[in-house]
Amino acid sequence: MRSVGQAELTYILLAARWTVLLSLAGLLGGGMFGAVLTLASIARSRLLRRAVTVFAQMVQGTPLLILLLLAYFGLSALGLDLGALLSSLLALTLYGGAFLTTIWRAAIDAVAPGQWEGAAALGLKRGQQLRLVILPQALRIALPPTSGFIVQMIKNTSLASIVGFIELTRAGQIVSNATFQPLPAFAAVAAIYFVLCLPFTLLSEWLEERRTMPTNP
Amino acid sequence: MTSGYIFDFWPVAQRWPALLDGVWTSLLLTAVGVVGGSALGIVGALFRRSKMLALRWVMRAYVELFRNTPLLVQLFLIYLGLPSLGIRLSPMLAACLALVLNNAAYTTEIIRAGIAATPPGQVEAALSLALRRWHILAFIVIRPALARVYPALVSQNVLLMLSTGITSAIGVQELTAAASDINSETFRSFEVFLASGLIYLLLNYIQRALLWGASRRLFPNQRYWT
Repeated sequence: MRSVGQAELTYILLAARWTVLLSLAGLLGGGMFGAVLTLASIARSRLLRRAVTVFAQMVQGTPLLILLLLAYFGLSALGLDLGALLSSLLALTLYGGAFLTTIWRAAIDAVAPGQWEGAAALGLKRGQQLRLVILPQALRIALPPTSGFIVQMIKNTSLASIVGFIELTRAGQIVSNATFQPLPAFAAVAAIYFVLCLPFTLLSEWLEERRTMPTNP
Repeated sequence: MTSGYIFDFWPVAQRWPALLDGVWTSLLLTAVGVVGGSALGIVGALFRRSKMLALRWVMRAYVELFRNTPLLVQLFLIYLGLPSLGIRLSPMLAACLALVLNNAAYTTEIIRAGIAATPPGQVEAALSLALRRWHILAFIVIRPALARVYPALVSQNVLLMLSTGITSAIGVQELTAAASDINSETFRSFEVFLASGLIYLLLNYIQRALLWGASRRLFPNQRYWT
């Protein structure tokens, strides 16, 4: 009988490339979508601002797994067959956009309102106020939770295995089924996730400590 | 693409008893995760601030192991992996254990931050009033710490509720599993997952309302909104 040896571990390790790819694509899609939502959330139109809040709340109040099943089975039933990879990316983009816009909006709100007023008093247009004055300060506030969210994104790509996409977790299941040795198979999978995620957890903590350290007296 | 598709919620609505059964199981999983995770989280936070270096490091390792690996993999390790060590759990028990351990890791970190923010003068004042050690710990350190970080605890426990659906992967018959069964019986995929998504959304609002309601009883002096 096969056991978890070098070939199996190599297979698991190679499957981690798909986890990395899913994470990067999910972060890119979610990041762009989140940026658009954040801009909409500080628009002058009250309706637009309200719509972003409601959308973000609804996505955050729905499990990612349900979003994924909707994208995979639901859209397919409607005649739009995206396949496992694209439907995973769609779900991760919606999920990422909703969480990132909440983080980024909170960071913009945390910048003192006097900064907007000061920038306006210097004659900057609204776009310039945002780009030159507000965003550089908001970035500092937004970085630690954004780094923390990267960890959530990496871990949540594991749900793609449920719709049959072969990434790290699915590869672990395949090895587990082939060898009847689930413990070493999933321990290896967990170890790889740990190595992928820990740097961002530590980065998030380090950034947060730096941020709360007093800089100017 | 979508032209010609006729939405039909009836086959899903007809199967409401299965969905309701699923909801009860989801709620049970959530309750176990919230209560177990909070209790372990308080103990964990105290261990993280223990005088013993070994205890602090063990706790730190536990927290980082559970926070940096997916719940799905933790479920597989507990349900499929533990039997080879002679520990065989039912899907339900394995799910409860995974949710408690997972939630406790996050809760530990949240409460640790709350305890770290205790003004030293509070404990000194309590000592000078000759309060007992246990009283200081419970009423001067832990309770105000919980009050301080309560909003973060609410968010974490709602995320826990939303993640209970992942236990369907090891065969727990909760809401997501019930929805998947209905999907394969009726092929009304969009309708059934939309309906279950809305149920989760509703549960999310109910849980928030309950937890914020509880905060008024637990921490009547804390003001969360100004």
